[in-house]
Amino acid sequence: MSKEKPKFAMYWAASCGGCEIAVLNIHEKILDVDANFDVAFWPVAMDAKYKDVEAMEDGAILLTLFNGGIRNDENEHIAKLLRQKSQILVAFGSCACEGCIPGLANFSPVNEITETAFSTISTDNPDGILPQTSYDMPEGKITIPTIYPTLRTLDQVVEVDYYMPGCPPESHQIAAVIDLVVQVLQGKAELPPKGATIGAGGSTVCDECERVRNEKKITSFRRIYDAPIDPELCLLEQGVPCNGIATRSGCNARCPSAGAQCIGCYGPAEGVEDYGARLIGAFASVIDSEDPEEIEAILDGIPDPAGQFYRFNLAGSLLKAAKPAWEKA
Amino acid sequence: MTEQFEPTIIGFTCNWCSYRAADLAGTARLKYPPNIRLIRLMCSGRLDPSFVFKALAKGADGVMITGCHPGECHYLEQNYKALRRFLLIRRTLKGFGIEPERVKLVWASAAEGVKFASETTSFVEEIRELGPLNWGKASGNGGKPASEKEAEQLETEVAA
Repeated sequence: MSKEKPKFAMYWAASCGGCEIAVLNIHEKILDVDANFDVAFWPVAMDAKYKDVEAMEDGAILLTLFNGGIRNDENEHIAKLLRQKSQILVAFGSCACEGCIPGLANFSPVNEITETAFSTISTDNPDGILPQTSYDMPEGKITIPTIYPTLRTLDQVVEVDYYMPGCPPESHQIAAVIDLVVQVLQGKAELPPKGATIGAGGSTVCDECERVRNEKKITSFRRIYDAPIDPELCLLEQGVPCNGIATRSGCNARCPSAGAQCIGCYGPAEGVEDYGARLIGAFASVIDSEDPEEIEAILDGIPDPAGQFYRFNLAGSLLKAAKPAWEKA
Repeated sequence: MTEQFEPTIIGFTCNWCSYRAADLAGTARLKYPPNIRLIRLMCSGRLDPSFVFKALAKGADGVMITGCHPGECHYLEQNYKALRRFLLIRRTLKGFGIEPERVKLVWASAAEGVKFASETTSFVEEIRELGPLNWGKASGNGGKPASEKEAEQLETEVAA
């Protein structure tokens, strides 16, 4: 075949690498990627240099899956670069969409983060060496990226065409998206409208959950290990703070089906403006008490509300920790 | 004399009690500070916590939630929901490093124009005391922009 294959790129910014594993987890479907795309840039899987990407023409890459939030200047540089070089930029995975676990560090200033990483008891660092952004070696100056005060989501830095939530996105959803893109390439399907969330459902996790739901009235919150869990009954009804109510469907309610509460990795459901606010509304509604003191005692069962409600969504939330920091950046 | 800080307060009122209380305060020509902007809801139970967060995120320094007295809700028990949401909102804000006192809950019946005015007055003073909502203090790096580092220079270094 003489016709050149369209280019594909995948990049990781502030992320754990789980998204790449999820992509490889689509098994033989990965061959479709190879058959239909020329993998131009994918640091985890192949050797490529930033300057190779910089040398490309604008829009030379057809599809870029970008996972990870923007935590330092290298992340930002590559986000802007890939935006410029890509026709379709997908915020891939919870980190790029809404900040995810790395975004939780927005609760702390950078010096505290560094402190935790390099000086706490679990760290073997007797000389208290801290990373420097630049260091003069006899051979010359070496540098590492500069950390920003907050983590930003991809769309807080560059324009994003599609969002694909999940921590990581489920493999069957990735496979479905790849199928769709291949069909689009063959002229058999059309792309969804720009800005759409792809590879996920439009409803909530509860909608896919098989557990039996009744009217909810809770007199205390509990952990799943506190006492045996009824295998049939809705977890929230049993007092387990399950986030399924506000979370986007798409995972087939994996965690609740396995007896663990939904922690919300698929992000806010369609139409939810603020994920945590929706959960606060929902949890507060099902508490069965009208007495302020008793309510406070029940709420003690959620020891870290901000962490519970914004585990995946802090950087993308309405309040965003340290909002002005990223607005000016 | 230094200029006094004038806080912006968003007040949510319910159609049946607290909005009437505010109305009564007006017709009775009671004085209370103009810092509060009232938004009428049908019921305090309609108060989605995102309203509170949005108000704070868009520049309000405080939010006052008002409703019918417990047991007097026109929709039976929705003001209890508002109470529980209010308590949970405060706890969540604390996690964000935002003073929970920036959100206040007041019960006011349609006859309590005086109470509405005095509660508003005291809340405005409390927020004035707290000062503007300081996002920097709330989290991140003192609210300052990312160190004014030579972004372009670093970019070329990274690229090299």
